[in-house]
Amino acid sequence: MSTSPPLIGGPFLKQSPSVSHIMLVVMLALTPATLYGLFQFGWPALYLFVTTIAAALVAEVAWLKMAGRPAMPALNDGSALLTGWLLALTLPPWAPWWIGVLGAVIAIWLGKQVFGGLGQNLFNPAMVARVVLLISFPVEMTSFIAPHPFAGPGTVDFMDGLAITFGYGATNIDTLSSASVLGHLKTEIGRGAAWSEAFFDTFKLHGFVFGAVPGSLGETSAPLLLLGGLLLWGARIITWHIPLALLGSIAVLAALFNAIDPHTYPSAMVHVLSGATLLGAFFIATDLVTSPVSPLGKIVFGVGCGVLVYIIRTWGGYPEGVAFAVLIMNAATPLIDRYIKPRVYGRTRRGQPLAYEELSK
Amino acid sequence: MKLFRIRGGVHPQGRKRLSEDKSIEDLALPELLHVPLQQHIGAPAVVIVKKGDLVKKGQVIATAQGNISAPVHAPSSGQVVGLGRYTAPHPSGLPGRTLTIRTDGKDEWADLPAPMDPFTASPDDVAKRVSESGIVGMGGATFPSAVKLNLGARYDLHTLIINGAECEPYLTCDDRLMREKSLDVIIGVRIMARALKVDRAIIAIEGNKPDAIRRMCQAATEFEDVTVVEVPTRYPMGSEKHLTQTLLGKETPARGLTADIGAVVHNAATAFAVFEAVTLGKPLVSRIVTVSGEAITSPCNLRVPIGTPVAKLIEHAGAFKIEPERLLLGGPMMGQPLNDLKVPVVKGTNGVLALSGLQAQTMSQPTSCIRCASCVDACPCGLVPLEMAAAIRKEEMEIATKSGLMDCVGCGSCAYVCPSDIPLVQYFNYAKGRITYLQRAEHKQKETKRLADLRAERMERLAQAKREAMAKRKAEQARKKAEKTAQEQPEKASA
Repeated sequence: MSTSPPLIGGPFLKQSPSVSHIMLVVMLALTPATLYGLFQFGWPALYLFVTTIAAALVAEVAWLKMAGRPAMPALNDGSALLTGWLLALTLPPWAPWWIGVLGAVIAIWLGKQVFGGLGQNLFNPAMVARVVLLISFPVEMTSFIAPHPFAGPGTVDFMDGLAITFGYGATNIDTLSSASVLGHLKTEIGRGAAWSEAFFDTFKLHGFVFGAVPGSLGETSAPLLLLGGLLLWGARIITWHIPLALLGSIAVLAALFNAIDPHTYPSAMVHVLSGATLLGAFFIATDLVTSPVSPLGKIVFGVGCGVLVYIIRTWGGYPEGVAFAVLIMNAATPLIDRYIKPRVYGRTRRGQPLAYEELSK
Repeated sequence: MKLFRIRGGVHPQGRKRLSEDKSIEDLALPELLHVPLQQHIGAPAVVIVKKGDLVKKGQVIATAQGNISAPVHAPSSGQVVGLGRYTAPHPSGLPGRTLTIRTDGKDEWADLPAPMDPFTASPDDVAKRVSESGIVGMGGATFPSAVKLNLGARYDLHTLIINGAECEPYLTCDDRLMREKSLDVIIGVRIMARALKVDRAIIAIEGNKPDAIRRMCQAATEFEDVTVVEVPTRYPMGSEKHLTQTLLGKETPARGLTADIGAVVHNAATAFAVFEAVTLGKPLVSRIVTVSGEAITSPCNLRVPIGTPVAKLIEHAGAFKIEPERLLLGGPMMGQPLNDLKVPVVKGTNGVLALSGLQAQTMSQPTSCIRCASCVDACPCGLVPLEMAAAIRKEEMEIATKSGLMDCVGCGSCAYVCPSDIPLVQYFNYAKGRITYLQRAEHKQKETKRLADLRAERMERLAQAKREAMAKRKAEQARKKAEKTAQEQPEKASA
């Protein structure tokens, strides 16, 4: 009792969840999609995943040591672990180890600690790292591979996996890269082909829906990401506003353009289920620190992300735009929070006290 | 009856089980009663007895001063043995003006005012009786009740709302009162409705008190003007503005009163006190207090004479079974820490709590805000607590005020849900105090400047007057001189 500051203001009861509890639930929600991704892409994916997370933890400790601050409280809140985890899920699964390490250092140092640590950062740390990597190392960051599931045909064994991730020793594995769904579509549409032919000729629909397609480590499985998202919503860690606004706006735009020109513009289903849309909607755009706090603000933020994702995918230079869209909207968050606030009890939206003329005497 | 949804709110564990089935017991009369003169919002009462005087139970020992104040009565018979400073039931633990009475054990009533028939007496007489009986809001706010009963003169009122929500965890005193004295409470309600000249009274009780709802419904069946309503169990349902909104669907305008939308809210225990004052002539000299918490051996509900030291209540409840982590006066959400067991029970004391165990987490150090917005979702007033706290931490009081600090009711829902354990309410209370201080300082500065200007003007006026007088005198002298020379000259001329 002597160590705690004397509290004169209540309340003297507390609801139990702590910050580390929140982080833990988010990780739990990410687990199904992560396990599926690791299974799908084999040993190299596992190595990259572990390396990225370990690098994130080391980067966090190193920064705090340099800053002369205690490391344990920051490690215990689980935020560095989660940042590393999220970053790993957005990397091409067979990317070399240094991509993960560099990304983790960028995420923790430039994404978070330079702003003052947890809660102070303006941008989503994992997305900052992803965008820096994508711009700096376009080849490594766009070399996707077709799924090589454990115990499937063409599976990569332990040693070959080491060779792929860490580059030691010779490997006779065919590492011929293959484009992600959105990348493939972008190329084909650019050549003037019908999107539906390009899509259905290459991918089997059920494989696409469940996630057996080339893509980043944790982004491919729509149903498992949805499951994780629902878990977060059920645990009241996120509200429905951002995911629904983001997915809704992408779906509406995609459906609209698809209706105008079904030849060129892929359907809403393709947009919602491919790329990082679901991972972004439930786990990245909803990042508590970098998204608005009011319900209406969250809707504006979600719609902003959705519209930007669609614009970048359709008319931009990159096949995928979730990371860019989220970063741009992160920058708008302080502005949204400033202008969109909940209505105060007993006041109008403009802040004037409510008036009931009929009762004044 | 149709209910309306309020924004935000939280669902803390009720923990009313500990004491909800314990009947109200009378606490043994203590040897010394310490009766503070300030037990209400407004001006403190003025003592009218001297040290050494013999007083009887219910005798006025201090009278109200000013419009917003309440008299204080002797809680039992005995001798006034002290009039000085004694630790007040306030978080500061500082002493306040207190009258100490040594009880004689006879508990003898003074000559009480005659019982009134409230349904033939004029509403003004009823309000006067309530005022003379020293009744204040007994839910904890302690605003003089008679002032609220006179609101009919200034507002068009249509509804009296009786707050039986008792939304604070642990507390069961209103619950017990409504279960054991249902009819008396309802008569008190009808007296107040009549004094307010409204034809509708709604008694709102949270759903976690089914027995109280049942008994109050039964007692109210023969009165068409009284409705008993079950309201959702959600903190802060007992906040008067939010209770009114739940029942009437209208928000009280900012900085206004519920009377602005035609309703007046009184507590159920206040209704009972009004019943006793009007129909029996008994002033407010005791109240029901819940003694509870995990550290209390046998939690209970006690009828306690005002001025009884808290230690006596805990003694009656079998003392502590374990070392309490926190001692509180009032509920755990909005109550105050209790630093000293010798402080007296006052009119607004509804609970004495000794918490232990699960509450340990309120002792943890705050960590950084992760902007999770739990506080935004929990705030029943539509505020953004995290933003206000950030501004206050930087001493930016103007920004905090602009964000609605003064619209905060201090319910603590935000701090209750905060995963980073940030003591938000403490920030807000600090800021409210700081802003009051700054306003006072500014006022003082302005006043000083005004007085200095006035003085300068006065001095200038005096100097001006002096100059004028001087000029006048000079003119006078010149005139006289001129006259003199004029007189001399003709003489010369004639000469």
